[in-house]
Amino acid sequence: MIDARNITVIRQGRTLLDEVSIALVPGSLTVVVGPNGAGKSTLLKCLSGDIKPSAGGVTYHGHDIHTQDAVSLAAQRAVLPQATELAFPFTALEIVRMGAVAYGATEPGLAARSALARVGLSGFEARSFSSLSGGEQQRVQFARALAQVPQPLEAGRPCALFLDEPTASLDLRHQIGVLEIAKAFARSGGIVLTILHDLNLTAEFADQVVVLSHGRIIAKGSTQQTMTDDIIREVYGIGGAVNRLPQASVPFVLPQSRHIGGLDL
Amino acid sequence: MLRALPSVFSVAEPDGDRSRQGMRVIVILLLLLVIASAVSLSQGSSSVDLHHLWLYLTGRGSELTLQERVVVEAVRLPRTAMAILVGAGLAVSGAMMQGLFRNPLADPGIVGVTSGAALFAVTAIVLGGSILAPVSALLGNQMITLMAFMGGLINTWLLYKIATRGGYTNTSTLVLSGIAVGAMSGALTGLLIFVADDRQLRDITFWSLGSLSGSTYPRVLSVLPFVILLTVITPMVARGLDALVLGDAAAFHMGIRVQRIKRLVILAVAAACGATVAVAGSIGFVGIVVPHLLRLVIGPSHRFLLPASAIGGATLLLLADSVARTIAAPAELPIGIVTALFGAPVFLFLLIGKRNGRGSGDLS
Repeated sequence: MIDARNITVIRQGRTLLDEVSIALVPGSLTVVVGPNGAGKSTLLKCLSGDIKPSAGGVTYHGHDIHTQDAVSLAAQRAVLPQATELAFPFTALEIVRMGAVAYGATEPGLAARSALARVGLSGFEARSFSSLSGGEQQRVQFARALAQVPQPLEAGRPCALFLDEPTASLDLRHQIGVLEIAKAFARSGGIVLTILHDLNLTAEFADQVVVLSHGRIIAKGSTQQTMTDDIIREVYGIGGAVNRLPQASVPFVLPQSRHIGGLDL
Repeated sequence: MLRALPSVFSVAEPDGDRSRQGMRVIVILLLLLVIASAVSLSQGSSSVDLHHLWLYLTGRGSELTLQERVVVEAVRLPRTAMAILVGAGLAVSGAMMQGLFRNPLADPGIVGVTSGAALFAVTAIVLGGSILAPVSALLGNQMITLMAFMGGLINTWLLYKIATRGGYTNTSTLVLSGIAVGAMSGALTGLLIFVADDRQLRDITFWSLGSLSGSTYPRVLSVLPFVILLTVITPMVARGLDALVLGDAAAFHMGIRVQRIKRLVILAVAAACGATVAVAGSIGFVGIVVPHLLRLVIGPSHRFLLPASAIGGATLLLLADSVARTIAAPAELPIGIVTALFGAPVFLFLLIGKRNGRGSGDLS
């Protein structure tokens, strides 16, 4: 279990996170939502050990993360960053291979290939990372994270995936594809925390939703508890958006309904 | 021609794994290094028969005349060893620095690290007998080398502090601060030259042009530990430099001790630059040309780039030195002129490629 207790982050006099406490349990997928500047990425950076909170602390399975070094943390969690720019022309395979090497794979090349296959990028191995589209780059990075924690449970201990807006530049099909892999990782005993902007995807995939606004937790719990009209209005300033169909003349796409009819991707 | 190079090689690795390509290139470079060494030992103002040389070096008979033996033993062997050490040091420190700054244009010569080393070397020459006499007494023969190392270290560290914000280095900030740091070192060097006497001036001229002509066994031995240090550090930082290409945060996520790697790289670059400047003066462009050409062929992974750069840099400097010695024989061109003549165009190619928004050596 990953536990963040009362973390407060103050940078240049601004409070980015204010007394935030969350618990990430194995087998569960947590989604952090909230408007821009709410502190979502800061929270993820605290949880992954990038920054040390001004107050409060984070523990992995009871151990304070700031007493652990980079190598030990890398064995317990992988992180998918937002868009990355490369100065040197690495291929997709070489990028993913770095994750496999971090895991300590005996055959990092093979492990990297299978991670690329998991995100649907077989055949992209020799492509230069910089020549890929934004969405393809994001999936290569996701494959790198998967190669770093290939199994949700390592020697009986759950591993964690932290994803910073993994669906940001993906098409609908791959948004669902990436989140289904993350969900399966959680189902098999792993820990997943992801930042999302799409509330429909959140509603479908989240086991726990954390609603952040101005650095504070506004609501925390199941989708039923958190995605209410009142909370959405309070956080985003948009009322009446939950659970109401728009006018018949306005088409809308509801990915959740693919389970009821039509082709399951 | 440079653009045509990658397409010739890239078709060989359709599965995206360039490890075998890396190994192949390292083997080819080793062969080239042997050939270049043979050329360097046998050619010059007087040439030595290759077969005779081989028999002599392997200790099976002595077909060489006494004069040839003296030339090979006292002049060409130390000079060849020196070219190998200096070439390897320059190319590896260039490749490491480019990895550290995440920028293919970072070269110790261009961004002012070499001028820092030169400044301290000149300081050692000019003030070694007066103000710095106690230091000189303490360090003895190694004073110039160690001082040059310190100068390189200070400028690398300064540059990193100035040009890097949040782990990222902007190309124009890097080049501009490099120019500033280099100009500052140059100005201080100028001040020292102003107060130097005639004998000191002759020594200083040697640094400004760069030359291997003063190669002796003691000098080879003085640069050797620094190049060994560089070689030992190389495998320790290769994986880290690869990961750093994705950014400080991503490298940390993958279990890299980012600060430690950066400190090691700065130390290694300064050691290599300082030592090479102390023994051979400022020889430009090797640190940028060799890694750049190699990235086109084997990709940017430091696992292969660093060892290949070492061998490639040694080979290139041997060839450049052979050209410098023979093209106007019995006179000798300063080797810095030879490396600049083919290095500067490659640097321009890189700049033009960047301006057009293309990365170097795209596989597809």
